[in-house]
Amino acid sequence: MTRTLIRENPSIPWFLAILAAFCLGVTLMAEATGVGMLSTSFVKTLGKTLCLCLVAIAMDVVWGYCGILSLGHMAFFGLGGYAIGMWLMYARTEIIVTGSLANAPIPPTPAEIEDAIATQIFGVVGANEFPLIWAFADSLALQLLMVVLVPGLLALVFGWLAFRSRVTGVYLSILTQAMTLALALYLFQNDSGLRGNNGLSGLQNIPFFRDTPQSVISIAFFWASALALALGYVLFAWVVSGRMGSVIRGIRDNEARVRFLGYHVEGFKLFVFTLSAVVAGIAGALYYPQAGIINPAEVAPIASIYLAVWVAIGGRGRLYGAVIGAAFVSLLSSWFTGGGAPDIDLGVYEIRWTDWWLVLLGLSFVAVTLFAPKGIGGLFDLVARRPAPTAAPARTRAEAAE
Amino acid sequence: MPPGAAPLSLMTPVPLMLRALLAALVLAVTALALPAALRAQEAGTLQALLQGHAEEVADPGRQTVGPVIADLLASDLPGVALFLERWQNKGVFRNAGDGLFYYADRAGDTYTLRDISSDAGTGTAPADAMTEIRPNGGVRRVIAGALVQFQLSDPDRAARVAALDAISRRPDPDQLAPLRNSIAEEPDAVLAARKTRLVAMLEARFGAGTETRVAAIESLSDAMDLETRSVLSQILAADSAVAPAMPSDANVARVLEVGTDLGETDAYGRLVAADLAPPAVTNAAVRDALAANVVDGRVGGIPVGRLSDPAARAEAYAALAEAGTVAPLVTDADRRAAVADHVFYEVYAEDDPAVTDAARTALDEVEARVARYQVLDIGLDAVSLASIYFLAAIGLAITFGVMGVINMAHGEFIMMGAYTGYVVQQVVPNYTASLIVALPLAFVVTFAAGVAMERLVIRHLYHRPLETLLATFGISIALQQIAKNVFGTQARPLTAPSWLDGAWVVNDVVAIANIRIAIFVLALIFLALLLWILKRTRLGLEVRAVTQNPGMAGSMGIDPDRINMLTFGLGSGIAGIAGVAIGLYAKVTSEMGADYIVQSFMTVVVGGVGNVWGTLAGAALIGVLQKGIEWFNPSNTLAAQTYMILFIILFIQFRPKGIVALKGRAAGD
Repeated sequence: MTRTLIRENPSIPWFLAILAAFCLGVTLMAEATGVGMLSTSFVKTLGKTLCLCLVAIAMDVVWGYCGILSLGHMAFFGLGGYAIGMWLMYARTEIIVTGSLANAPIPPTPAEIEDAIATQIFGVVGANEFPLIWAFADSLALQLLMVVLVPGLLALVFGWLAFRSRVTGVYLSILTQAMTLALALYLFQNDSGLRGNNGLSGLQNIPFFRDTPQSVISIAFFWASALALALGYVLFAWVVSGRMGSVIRGIRDNEARVRFLGYHVEGFKLFVFTLSAVVAGIAGALYYPQAGIINPAEVAPIASIYLAVWVAIGGRGRLYGAVIGAAFVSLLSSWFTGGGAPDIDLGVYEIRWTDWWLVLLGLSFVAVTLFAPKGIGGLFDLVARRPAPTAAPARTRAEAAE
Repeated sequence: MPPGAAPLSLMTPVPLMLRALLAALVLAVTALALPAALRAQEAGTLQALLQGHAEEVADPGRQTVGPVIADLLASDLPGVALFLERWQNKGVFRNAGDGLFYYADRAGDTYTLRDISSDAGTGTAPADAMTEIRPNGGVRRVIAGALVQFQLSDPDRAARVAALDAISRRPDPDQLAPLRNSIAEEPDAVLAARKTRLVAMLEARFGAGTETRVAAIESLSDAMDLETRSVLSQILAADSAVAPAMPSDANVARVLEVGTDLGETDAYGRLVAADLAPPAVTNAAVRDALAANVVDGRVGGIPVGRLSDPAARAEAYAALAEAGTVAPLVTDADRRAAVADHVFYEVYAEDDPAVTDAARTALDEVEARVARYQVLDIGLDAVSLASIYFLAAIGLAITFGVMGVINMAHGEFIMMGAYTGYVVQQVVPNYTASLIVALPLAFVVTFAAGVAMERLVIRHLYHRPLETLLATFGISIALQQIAKNVFGTQARPLTAPSWLDGAWVVNDVVAIANIRIAIFVLALIFLALLLWILKRTRLGLEVRAVTQNPGMAGSMGIDPDRINMLTFGLGSGIAGIAGVAIGLYAKVTSEMGADYIVQSFMTVVVGGVGNVWGTLAGAALIGVLQKGIEWFNPSNTLAAQTYMILFIILFIQFRPKGIVALKGRAAGD
């Protein structure tokens, strides 16, 4: 089975090898090993980029392979982040609170500790007790389960409603956008139980490793993100190959025809959409401990649209395209907006890239859509001189028939 | 300094001799005036009356001034109103020489005196002989209250209005009689009506006898202004009370059920406040008490280390309580029993149940009426919001319906229109003129932008709707950022001409801003115009043909390319005009388009694609829905938007093609 998988996705070994080499290189140059050529914050940026690559693959599978342009995928990403953020914040506050109460003349009761934690966390929104959704926040295992369950269930319910009534194309895109907007608006409320627009903060402090320096933690998260990315890549490569992959691509190209062939289109779509949402949630759960803070702006509609932009620029319909797009655009974006790019002085007007980067991004996005629909990933077709992945299903089907 | 003082001060540098002469003259005049002053003391004049109360007038106190004013009012003398007013404003003086009261103006070292009864000049007096009478604030208020009855029949309408305002601000039982008396002579019908209402309000609160008050209250039940409502609520003001058993004589507003109307903790708190139960010991107090009584690492025989267990804490505290060191713990059971043994109720401050019943009925009636009008008001708001959504979405609906492409940059066209209006206002200072220029100019600018975008980008992406969506989104990011770079991040004003300020006020509840009416009218005009273009013109015919079947339309000699271009321009142009309209009542920022784009999508999707009526229905539904949800939950507009979007997501499940769905071949994907 492995051999078939690799034959259908020749990019897997290449991808894994490059990712491994990249990880080793970064680790060797990081501050954690004493070399210090890469700063801790840059390692964190790289680790975050890997998480973005993972969510981009998830997006690519729904959009590039299954033809569902979801403009709400960052909602799942954000929900994963919130789920893990709740535990991180709870556990860390618990340590702080127990520490400060240890000097009290009378040892605190469990209820007092609970109250003190709640006051500490929700003081900013004027509350002092835990909302119902924090019921499992004290247990890492249950919150990790939430990372998977919450985005998965949301996608399942939303997808079931949408696919069942055959909402497709542009309508579905708008609907997913509405979903993430509704979520963002809900989270912005102070009584949402997730600290309103303050969001969850201090997530970079991992409770069990309080004495471990951030340089080591950043490397650990970097590796975890890389591992998740590798697993995600292989998982999705498996999903989009074989007979299931053919059906999924068929749905993209002509949904009605696949339905007439007797396939249960809604089931396939729901499976892909939910799986992709779960992976997005996991990516988010790895991203936000590295970012340190999550707030409702992260799930605003614009974030999901940027995700679509990355995938489109990288080249949709190929997994490595999504990875390239996410890595390229997000790193380039932080280079430009971080003031890394040299400003251009035109004499009458000075182009400051912090102001003009978005204009450049928007216009180059238009250009890519118009002139290079295959994105950056399309360049590989020229170099590799082998049948494009879209041609692969024909061969697979022939094999399957034998 | 009084206004007359300036020319007088010019006289000061007169030669010394002249000054001496002047002083002698003044003395002579004062001497001559004395017999006249004595004459003024004849009975039946104001001066005589005041002399009867000389001490109280000269040094009025809050307690002593009452009888003076009562006598003054009873005397019915002509100068009383003037006297009261001047008395209040420190314009009355007492002459130490003859002990009489005068009105006076200071002129250098002397005062020109005027008779208190006739206000006619009676000579002068030296400054050191005159004492200005200065009533304190409390006295001035009493005088003002007495003055009201004169102001109520003042020939100047503004003075009468001011008097009525004063009464409604500070209602007082004494004002009732003068107010009632002034109604008959009131020439102004509006003011007469207001006076009648005020009389009813005063009678409702202070009237004599139950029947008068009930009648007054009943006459108030047809109103809905805030003032009437507050009068009725004041009659119904109730205090919470607690007693072991319900007292038979109290005018009880309502009985509070513990558990439903009142939480148990709250109920117990009231018992404690009424000294009917010992104060509860909070957990924090228990902890502090334990901490204060640690002896040799033990509290009440329990080692401190075990006190993290609530049961151990209770035990330790009980031991302390037994030893008498702390107050005994009030257990939950004690608390429940104490609460169960008492009745909690609210009692009216007003003793007469007939009055409170009448007030309750009247207030219910008034509030029901207010609620009906509020529904009307919300309805008007919803119509106004719907017309804004309609304007914002109709351009999108046209392009989406005809060409099947979603234009994500539509919001930025709205923004472009608004900035066009802003720029025009910088050039044309007259707001009305600039609006007349801005509307067509915004149309032209966004029409051109739309046509350019169609030619350069969208034309190449037909039959790839998802990619059009993304490409136009790229344009939207770029346009938004360019606007930010050119105009800055802060909001720019687009000022409405003065005739659009203000509001159309129907009554105390229903009011709508003129600008919203204007936007509604604009939306109506566009609805009519679009229907006319689509149904009555050659262009409309061709547009409809291309919408239904581009291939067939092409074979009939219609150029679909040209139609697409024009349609896109038209849709964008309308967005530009919508931008001017929205900019007039909201602020112009580079992000204003993004605020409307999702709502516009919703409107189009809910309404159904490619149909003006569908967009209208969608806009109406979303407008009514949003206002309706806000009405139920006014404090939280974010929640309202969340619920609305959830509703729309569900709505799409049941009508995936919108309210007005195209039928037949045109509906094919």
